[in-house]
Amino acid sequence: MNIRKSATRIINILYLTLKKRRSGNDLFTKQIDSFFVDVYKIHQFLARFFKEVFQRPVEFREIVRQCFEVGFKSIPLITLTGFVIGIVFTKQSRPSLVSFGAASWLPSLIGIAFVRAIGPMVTALIAAGKVGSNIGAELASMKVTEQIDAMDVSAVNPFKFLVVTRVLATTIMLPVLMVYCTFVGLLGSYLNVHANELTSFITFIESAFSSISFIDIWSAVIRSFFYGFTIGIVGCYRGFHAINGTQGVGKAANRAVVFSMFLIFAEELVAVQITSWINSF
Amino acid sequence: MVKNSTEDIKKEVVISIRGLFKSFGDLEVLKGIDLDVIKGENFVVLGRSGSGKSVLIKIIAGLLKPDLGLVNVLGLEVDKLNVKDLHALRLKMGFIFQSSALYDSMTIKENLEFSMIRNYKKKTAKEVNNAIEEVLDAVGLLEKINEMPSDLSGGQVKRIGIARTLIMRPEIMLYDEPTAGLDPITCTEINELINEVQRRYNTSSIIITHDLTCAKSTGHRIAMLQDGNFLKVGSFEEVFETEDIRIKSFFDYNFIQ
Repeated sequence: MNIRKSATRIINILYLTLKKRRSGNDLFTKQIDSFFVDVYKIHQFLARFFKEVFQRPVEFREIVRQCFEVGFKSIPLITLTGFVIGIVFTKQSRPSLVSFGAASWLPSLIGIAFVRAIGPMVTALIAAGKVGSNIGAELASMKVTEQIDAMDVSAVNPFKFLVVTRVLATTIMLPVLMVYCTFVGLLGSYLNVHANELTSFITFIESAFSSISFIDIWSAVIRSFFYGFTIGIVGCYRGFHAINGTQGVGKAANRAVVFSMFLIFAEELVAVQITSWINSF
Repeated sequence: MVKNSTEDIKKEVVISIRGLFKSFGDLEVLKGIDLDVIKGENFVVLGRSGSGKSVLIKIIAGLLKPDLGLVNVLGLEVDKLNVKDLHALRLKMGFIFQSSALYDSMTIKENLEFSMIRNYKKKTAKEVNNAIEEVLDAVGLLEKINEMPSDLSGGQVKRIGIARTLIMRPEIMLYDEPTAGLDPITCTEINELINEVQRRYNTSSIIITHDLTCAKSTGHRIAMLQDGNFLKVGSFEEVFETEDIRIKSFFDYNFIQ
């Protein structure tokens, strides 16, 4: 009984302290408070997503449309970035390898780098910037112009139509874009290698994949699924909870990018640890 | 255009509100509102900006939760309904937003069919198209069917907003500032459309406005909302001729404007 009373007393003190802080002008404490409120809300948002994703009806046409928006419309940017990174990375790595007399390892190095790290990370960061900000801004704009409320009052579940479809689209399309980005990056790298050593494409690919294991490929695909999910859910969350008119739209887009990039880096760190641990067996 | 008087309307209450309180933080917006809307009537809520008019209809539509009080729509307590029942009730309600809130990434046709194809899945494409054409004809914008909302004028956007709700054949219409931001001629057209909708579809409406012309030309009964409560409820003349200084100042200011 005493423990219960003490616990209640501590909770009350914490609550009053928090309330007192909220009414004050301390920006730092307000930001800490809003961080915890955000964490709580995003968990609610996730729970709602997992509840609604398995419920009928399925907005199939909208999912396909979003896949097109996320996937097809990102191809030019992914192509350019992957290709340029492939060339630059190869060009920058060559002198070091040549100085060790290991120029023939260049395709393997490029293969490992692209499949294990560059492909998934570059795709995720580009998608966070392009797709995440787009989702955040679009939903925020719909929120502040009452379009989301309009869906609600017309007896259509806006969460299902707007959030579930977009999160599924990013989750499905990110691995596809990652595979494409890796391919384009290797192609860029091959052009640079070919210009110096006249290696054939088959030889280059064989050499690039000689050091890649099955686990590396699956790890990249699974990580991309998670990155896609993160980009979708963060973008939708920021857009769905936008406030303060047009200023809120800009903030939602900005926060969607920053927060999803932060989470992608965190996920990458965890994924690297897990993959290394699996590879050690 | 002759409106039905309140006496002509069968006195069946479709919206009943008792002791409604709503506050946002320390700001008390509604302080014990009581309201009955009778079937077939246009009930106008007049008031200054920030007086809680929009909050009132958002509570009726279930977009906001009341702090205290009963909100009964078509015999159902709105804040106690589960999601499924609330959706079923919303099919009987049309909500016209101040900005009309048309889905700007969709054409007018897609805007109109959006709710219908999701809620009435047994309807054939032909039936949906017929319904779209009928409501667009009713608001006089049939030729805009394939255009985007950004291509329309302010008055046309309002009309499409009304058409989007009419397609679901609602029993109740909730208008949030239907004439805000429109020129006087377009305002008159919208007011006529509101009366036409009431006559043609036999709807019961709550019209939120601060526009006296709109209130006079559409309302069977008017309520003046200020300081979180209705100061006076009655016909336009009854409200207009009151001695309450707060209402008189509102009317005087609007006439000067």
